[in-house]
Amino acid sequence: MRQEDRGMNPYVAGALAGLVLILSVLVAGQFFGASTSFVRSAGLVEQIVAPGHVEESSYFMKYLARDPGIDWQWMFVLGIFFGAFLASNATGSFRWTDLPDSWRDRFGPSRVRRFATAFLGGTLALFGARLADGCPSGHGLSGVAQLSVSGLVAMACFFAGGLITARLLYPGRRS
Amino acid sequence: MTLMFGLFTGVLFGWLLQRARVLRYDKQLGALRLKDMTILKFMLSAILVASVGVHLLADLGLAELSIKGTTLGAQILGGLIFGVGWALLGYCPGTSWGALGEGRFDGLWGILGGWFGAALYAEAYPAMEASVLTWGNLGKLTLPGLLGVSHWVVIALLALGCVALFRFFERRGL
Repeated sequence: MRQEDRGMNPYVAGALAGLVLILSVLVAGQFFGASTSFVRSAGLVEQIVAPGHVEESSYFMKYLARDPGIDWQWMFVLGIFFGAFLASNATGSFRWTDLPDSWRDRFGPSRVRRFATAFLGGTLALFGARLADGCPSGHGLSGVAQLSVSGLVAMACFFAGGLITARLLYPGRRS
Repeated sequence: MTLMFGLFTGVLFGWLLQRARVLRYDKQLGALRLKDMTILKFMLSAILVASVGVHLLADLGLAELSIKGTTLGAQILGGLIFGVGWALLGYCPGTSWGALGEGRFDGLWGILGGWFGAALYAEAYPAMEASVLTWGNLGKLTLPGLLGVSHWVVIALLALGCVALFRFFERRGL
């Protein structure tokens, strides 16, 4: 490992994250989710370029007709950014990084290659998440915690798609 | 006020994600390559604790559950597409923002791609509504409801399963 940050025990951090979710449900009545905020952001950006087109889209209007576009979840996702920023600065683990270590070892030092793959990955991930009606936060954390069938099925398929793709990207030895 | 709660909750969650070191391509791909199960440890611990608390709140009438409807076509097809994108990006939607927050700016390209993907889905939505979103629509279904048992039975089984899995991870040094 090139990164020397021991961090927090993942079981403890996870359990604390579970407590945060419980408090959020109790205090604000809100379950975690992230992918809907991407629809809102995309809609807000697209409104600048083609306002009429966004207005005609029944999908954008599901979310943007009711409020100005910024809601609890949008702020929650922004908060994740700030939380990670604060935690990494407080512990000296903030690093400007363009290429992940395991990516560089496998695919070389090209930034264009990594950024293009990340963009494509993001496109597929959000298209899939919106089709599935949730991501690992909404379906995974919130959904499975509520023992919903949709969350369990989605989670299983997230991992199935991910395991197969990772196997194709990194063939050969497992260990 | 709701918005401030959202921001504050996100900061706490983002802090924990960062400290657990799960905002990393190497960790997320590590799980998908079955080499490093850090993100599963984090995620399953969170799910387990939350499942107890959330059901307790619901039983006491202090909160309402918010169950997403099950549509097998949507969750299976969408889930698989998500999985492919996840393995390429190495972050999920929430963690791509967190990764950017700790300086991983490949996450930014994932976010931009995510906006593009969401916009594409908005275009595809009318077609999906007429097809995939009608395949296997079972409504708001929970596992206890499906099995006809108390949710505490299912939570106990979930806990046993997680503990067994955690022991396996630790024994194998994953």
